[in-house]
Amino acid sequence: MKYLDEFRDPVIAKKILNEIHAATTQPWVIMEICGGQTHSIIRNGIDQVLPDEIELVHGPGCPVCVTPLEIIDRAIAIASRPDVIFTSFGDMLRVPGSHKDLFMVRSEGGDVRTVFSPLESLKIARENPEKEVVFFAVGFETTAPGNAMAVAQAAKEGLSNFSELVSHVLVPPAMEALLSSPANRVQGYLAAGHVCTVMGWDEYDPIAKKYQVPIVITGFEPMDVLDGILHTVKQLEAGTHEVENRYARIVEQGGNQPAQNLIKDVYEIANRKWRGIGEIPVSGFKIHSKYAAFDAELKFSVGDIHTEEPEACISGVILQGLKKPHDCPAFGKECTPQNPLGATMVSSEGACAAYYKYQRVLND
Amino acid sequence: MDFPEALSCPLPILSHDTVQLAHGAGGKLSNEMIDKIFLPRFLNNTLEKMEDQAILDNPGGRIAFSTDTFVVDPIFFPGGDIGDLAINGTVNDIAMSGAEPKYLSVGFILEEGLPFDTLHRIVLSMEKAAKLAGIQIVAGDTKVVNRGSCDKLFINTSGFGFVPDNVHISASNLIAGDKIILSGTLADHGMAVMTTREGLSFQSTVESDTAGLNHLVKDMLNVSPEIHAMRDPTRGGLATSLNEFAGSSNVGIQLYGDTIPVKENVRGACEILGIDPLYVANEGKLVAIVPEDIADDMLAAMKNNTHGKDAVIIGEVTDKHPGVVALKTGLGANRIVDMPVGEQLPRIC
Repeated sequence: MKYLDEFRDPVIAKKILNEIHAATTQPWVIMEICGGQTHSIIRNGIDQVLPDEIELVHGPGCPVCVTPLEIIDRAIAIASRPDVIFTSFGDMLRVPGSHKDLFMVRSEGGDVRTVFSPLESLKIARENPEKEVVFFAVGFETTAPGNAMAVAQAAKEGLSNFSELVSHVLVPPAMEALLSSPANRVQGYLAAGHVCTVMGWDEYDPIAKKYQVPIVITGFEPMDVLDGILHTVKQLEAGTHEVENRYARIVEQGGNQPAQNLIKDVYEIANRKWRGIGEIPVSGFKIHSKYAAFDAELKFSVGDIHTEEPEACISGVILQGLKKPHDCPAFGKECTPQNPLGATMVSSEGACAAYYKYQRVLND
Repeated sequence: MDFPEALSCPLPILSHDTVQLAHGAGGKLSNEMIDKIFLPRFLNNTLEKMEDQAILDNPGGRIAFSTDTFVVDPIFFPGGDIGDLAINGTVNDIAMSGAEPKYLSVGFILEEGLPFDTLHRIVLSMEKAAKLAGIQIVAGDTKVVNRGSCDKLFINTSGFGFVPDNVHISASNLIAGDKIILSGTLADHGMAVMTTREGLSFQSTVESDTAGLNHLVKDMLNVSPEIHAMRDPTRGGLATSLNEFAGSSNVGIQLYGDTIPVKENVRGACEILGIDPLYVANEGKLVAIVPEDIADDMLAAMKNNTHGKDAVIIGEVTDKHPGVVALKTGLGANRIVDMPVGEQLPRIC
């Protein structure tokens, strides 16, 4: 398949792998930001074939994982209303709130629907004028333009029965929060390729300079990931700390300007809670005051639902790269994909679920 | 979509255009529906007696009996419909024991208001699938429920066939060294249904693989009755069938990652939705575990059958990691292929 097979070619991948082995002379801790990269690393066994000196830690870039419990509880409160059609990307439906998940809301009679685009939610809103249609706008900068477009389009059409429950988070503030933590171990970043497709990389230069870490913009196929690791290692070994674009077939320095304009119009920067990490200042989006009519939190008055995270789960330290999933006493025992204690076990992109799925007990 | 059978066999003239509650009440309307829609399509010596039961000859030996219920939405999808799926599904479940499927019963639950045109198209496709499989429909039942009590129509099929005396296929038969043969490409059915469902706005060319596999199984048994285990990987996909084998036999399964065939357009659909083809349903494929010494002959025989032309050896049984299915990646790493937890959900990004 064009643009996929070339980047999965095992012969070339092994060549890059050999280069990584040749370039590595001392231990390095590298964090891949994005859950899609974590998935690719574990699925292809990249971590199994890297030099022992290189430790990959799995970053906070899984939108399902970092959505705080209280937002899930707010979603469940809204979705349970008889006047609401609640729409969401598929993988949010299984994320447990305090007492249930959105699947259970559906089985109890709530109208909860999976959509593949927020524009489908708009269509549902047009077709069901007697119902309130809510879209669960979750994700990083990658999904923000589409979600913003849905609000802009609803405003243009005067679709007053459409609103969004927004839980949008931003990558650069999280990278900085991790680096500024006294416990930080991360020495280099694989930056999330698709986030940079939208936002470009100007935001990363100050971070690379201030914390003296190389930041390599990296794609998602096995060769992309290996290439990102190779260039991060080369910089670490050389003592440089540049922002380097290794996903140039998609990412441009300025990013996607029309998409950024749309985001700026519909959303405004806000403090956001991250599941497992806590509140990070100016780390997300909320709906801009001029679009307040499309803000589901205001419309359904769920802003006062506050929930604390369960204590047993160590997903917070896993998201920060301080521990690995199998360091958790609950991993694979009380906490499994069937019965997840924390969100890193729920999403297939979550570090715990990826470890559980692909690497649990293989000894040969 | 193209339905040439429906064109060549027009809807019989009925007193109603749609199914009424009275069609399930056992009176004149019930008889009209049976006489005009079902009987002409399913007719055979047993069914035409119109008794409350089918009385069938018993040749002796072991019987393989199976039942399955079909509620697929949408009821028509590229490559098939709920009708041929209902026939092929039970035919295949019987055939996976090595038995020759002989007789089926069919139960319909119809939603009030279902157009007879729709029902007729589905019955025609059931007739065709049954003929292709060489199986007789010898008993049937129809119920009509209030609008909203079911979604258009549900179909149950139950059936049985006779297992040859020298055939002993079971999920607990695997031994180290056995080869794993897959009869063709993965994930066609599941992705055809998923990409047809309302809400997915991209144009898909993916077609279901729904097919009866009993003739393929017969060709395989002609090579050797020594097939250790066999399944048609439907819901949960190949990963589920193999995990069941590994668990039942307490052996490990090692897959050669690059050998598992997936059609180009199916792979594309899976990539877009973030779905792993190993976990997607198939309705016209089988996976067989056979002793190493007969694997090549078995493979050759399968390739000579339409439903096995893309057959390939995808792995082997090992005494390492008992109970676990592992897959060698292109980089030479080995990863676990676990049981799925629930249905696969398309990912956010």
